[in-house]
Amino acid sequence: MESQAFQKIYTKLNNITKATVTLKAADVGYDEIATVHGRMAQVVKLMGDEVTLQVFSGTEGIPTNAEVTFMGRPPQLKVSDDLGGRFFNAFGDPIDGGPHVEGEVRDIGSPSVNPVRRKQPSQLIATGIAGIDLNNSLVSGQKIPFFADPDQPYNQVMASVALRAKADKIILGGMGLTNDDYLFFKNIFENAGELDRIVSFVNTTDDPPVERLLVPDMALTAAEYFAVDKNESVLVLLTDMTLFADALSIVSNRMDQIPSKDSMPGSLYSDLARIYEKAVQFPSGGSITIIAVTTLSGGDITHAIPDNTGYITEGQLFLRRDTDIGKVIVDPFRSLSRLKQLVIGKQTREDHPQVMNAAIRLYADAANARTKLENGFDLTDYDERTLEFAKSYSDKLLAIDVNVDTDTMLNIAWELFSKHFNKAEVGVKGEFTEKYWQK
Amino acid sequence: MERKNKTTGKVAGIVANLVTVKVDGPVAQNEICFIYHNDERLMAEVIKVIGVNAYVQVFESTRGVRVGSDVEFEGHMLEVTLGPGILSRNYDGLQNDLDKMDGVFLTRGEYTDPLNREVKWEFKPLAKAGETVSAGSWLGEVMENSIPHRIMVPFKMEKRYEVKSVVDEGEYTVDETIAVVVDEDGKEIPLTMVQKWPVKMPVKVYKHKPRPFKLLETGVRCIDTLNPITEGGTGFIPGPFGTGKTVLQHAISKQAEADIVIIAACGERANEVVEIFTEFPELDDPRTGRKLIERTTIIANTSNMPVAAREASVYTAMTLAEYYRTMGLKVLLMADSTSRWAQALREMSNRLEELPGPDAFPMDLSAVISNFYARAGFVYLPNGETGSITFIGTVSPAGGNLKEPVTESTRKAARCFYGLSQARADSKRYPAIDPIDSYSKYLEYPEVQENLVEVVGEEWLGEVLKAKDVLLRGKEAMEQINILGDDGVPISFHDRFWKSELVDFVILQQDAFDSIDASTPMKRQKYMLAKVLKVADSEFEFAHFEEVSGFFKEIINFFKQMNYSEFESEEFKKHENRLEDLIKERRN
Repeated sequence: MESQAFQKIYTKLNNITKATVTLKAADVGYDEIATVHGRMAQVVKLMGDEVTLQVFSGTEGIPTNAEVTFMGRPPQLKVSDDLGGRFFNAFGDPIDGGPHVEGEVRDIGSPSVNPVRRKQPSQLIATGIAGIDLNNSLVSGQKIPFFADPDQPYNQVMASVALRAKADKIILGGMGLTNDDYLFFKNIFENAGELDRIVSFVNTTDDPPVERLLVPDMALTAAEYFAVDKNESVLVLLTDMTLFADALSIVSNRMDQIPSKDSMPGSLYSDLARIYEKAVQFPSGGSITIIAVTTLSGGDITHAIPDNTGYITEGQLFLRRDTDIGKVIVDPFRSLSRLKQLVIGKQTREDHPQVMNAAIRLYADAANARTKLENGFDLTDYDERTLEFAKSYSDKLLAIDVNVDTDTMLNIAWELFSKHFNKAEVGVKGEFTEKYWQK
Repeated sequence: MERKNKTTGKVAGIVANLVTVKVDGPVAQNEICFIYHNDERLMAEVIKVIGVNAYVQVFESTRGVRVGSDVEFEGHMLEVTLGPGILSRNYDGLQNDLDKMDGVFLTRGEYTDPLNREVKWEFKPLAKAGETVSAGSWLGEVMENSIPHRIMVPFKMEKRYEVKSVVDEGEYTVDETIAVVVDEDGKEIPLTMVQKWPVKMPVKVYKHKPRPFKLLETGVRCIDTLNPITEGGTGFIPGPFGTGKTVLQHAISKQAEADIVIIAACGERANEVVEIFTEFPELDDPRTGRKLIERTTIIANTSNMPVAAREASVYTAMTLAEYYRTMGLKVLLMADSTSRWAQALREMSNRLEELPGPDAFPMDLSAVISNFYARAGFVYLPNGETGSITFIGTVSPAGGNLKEPVTESTRKAARCFYGLSQARADSKRYPAIDPIDSYSKYLEYPEVQENLVEVVGEEWLGEVLKAKDVLLRGKEAMEQINILGDDGVPISFHDRFWKSELVDFVILQQDAFDSIDASTPMKRQKYMLAKVLKVADSEFEFAHFEEVSGFFKEIINFFKQMNYSEFESEEFKKHENRLEDLIKERRN
């Protein structure tokens, strides 16, 4: 950590709590960072000449005569093309053994984009996963989380989405990643030979939890550099936002704030929105797309974290284990991409919207048939056929190991329609049925 | 709040956007002040005073602000600027013109003029010398796009005045004097086209405010037919995320029979606001033949913009609505979402360390919401004209739970409830308004019933109630079928269930993306409802339960084709005839 010779050093702390220290100091700005006993801290309260600092890594072992130096600036990141291929911690310091990155200094947590200067998102992001591309197409400039239970392979899915999406840059913001998951990302990026277009900011479970509050802002500051200065399309991966929110609740609890629903701070919605709303399509061509992970506890989406997230993001992707085929699928019922209307049937084949809806409707009929079966009622011939269809649909399209282009997905869907149903049962517009029905 | 000397102060403490200021003179609750930080002026509002300390909420980020920074108090509350040129603008929550701001990012401390001071308006006098006038009296008018924009005696002028002179017809800028009035003491007061008004105070320069009694057509069938809203009425749309709140709000704002539409995008997604920015300038306005944007103003305070300005944004929108209402216009105000506004209140209350109410919302949440909804309404102006503000807010209930404080408080304040149902949204039945839980209190008003008879017809009310009945009976039948199985119930249960499906598919479900189906005029709604009810009243012959669904699916298909065709066109009649034949064949 750099320090400057003319800075005043304070050595008398008045109060120490688990997360904060208080001292008398002059000419300190709000949000400014400081070092306390060599640890990174940030100003969270000014009252007269008393300054309260939040020490990111906790106050264990800090003595009342600890040295405090104020840096006279908010947290910053040096941005340049040299960020590519590098791994950093929550403070933007390298953790891959490489040198410090030189570049232009930027304050993290920049202001919002003027809404009239945004452009409506319109560029499809193809991932090869039919559960996404066919049913929930992603669009650049979108923000969308995976809602997943902790035992589901969301990091794997996210990594393949990232590598297949044709983004100029991928920025990983890892919060509370286990060391194993960190190494997983590192390996998969290295093996793909794409390290140069990937920048990672990682806080692992070895690091103090409160530090991870800086990770999204670091990642997004880097993203804005590439999207605004370089007009690049940037994909930001944030995993796991639930652990980020948990860190918010730890801080608010230590600051004696009154918790609202599920012990979360009352400002949770604004705190999450500030991050997710960085997703943007700029008129100049640059864009920031955010794919995040919100882990659920027992699939409960009414918990404050997924609930507030759902109101902010443009849809959500659910993963589910389909016991019929023994694979993880993208759940077509609960998943939603709010921006898909902007691209499907426009940038993809004309029959896309109708095929998507027909397949999901038939899949829903299969679900009803299954309920009937479970309740001991007789199945009709149609019911039997929907069940067969559902199994193939799940296996050939919904499963996360699928990797084909959108036209192929549509052809597979037509193949399944033709095999299991007659034209009236599928109910797609006549002109498409004429063209694509497979005899 | 007029003072000779400006009160000043110094910053004494900062926690997030709550700043403590030590003041050297009088300050008022809700007074506006500016904090000086380097070259920037940050706007803030007083929300609490203790001794010499004023607690102010800053409308911007407080990053870098220091103890000891200078503060100047303005001597007035948060005000909006009212005058010609508000329509088609995109404002932020503090009425800054977003299009006038430089750069891609919002710059802290940049405030832009809401009006254009150079434009010359074609002014036509309405008042004459010698007339007695008071606040809100019309002095003249200019054409703002295609809307007659009345230039009024400023709302702040509380006495009675005599008009000394009004300028001749001609072109004037908003800042030029267009009239001179004389007060009771003989003091001459020159007036321009511009006035200011504090947003938190309701504009009350009307004569009286009766109960709303006139139907406001929205073109959305499950609102107009089942649970209509009135001119000057209030309604709210609660719904979990993904149930189509925003699409429904956009549909209403595009189609409703209003002169002016004001949209407050309060703490919602920026891309949705961009959709309005992109779409509205392209959309034709069926009422005027011009573009929809010409009679629309958008207040955009997206979720990532400063939270205190989010709280202000709904008040700014309401005040603009009141301004246009006083011109004798029908205003539709949409706020999406009022929950975000309530959350902004919660964040501040939390920082002020107030004792919290349920879910940590402030104790007075319910009162604040009620007061706000009460500003809507239908009014008679002193000159005998009428104006109205119809207010529809969306609510985003936490966890989809309609028992949470914001939904509960709003339920007490709003007269129409359009509850969006997750189950309907999941099965793609849009708009997902639950037909059974939703209500319109206005249907019970005798004056509204009278208006409906006059506008729609004698038999209308009875038909509406019958349709509700069919839906309810269908739901009960479905529950029985689910418990006992398809063949465990008499065939009449299937008949009853499918009759309710018929009402659901033909009347309730509506395709917001189809050019014809998106908006249904009242005349057509009446025709279709009568037709559907005729089927619901008929008795049919079925041998087996499986025949029931087949038959109804077929007639629903013809009804839907009718919905997609131009009313009373060849095509429409063709489907109608096929439909009639089918029904005849089956009828007992």
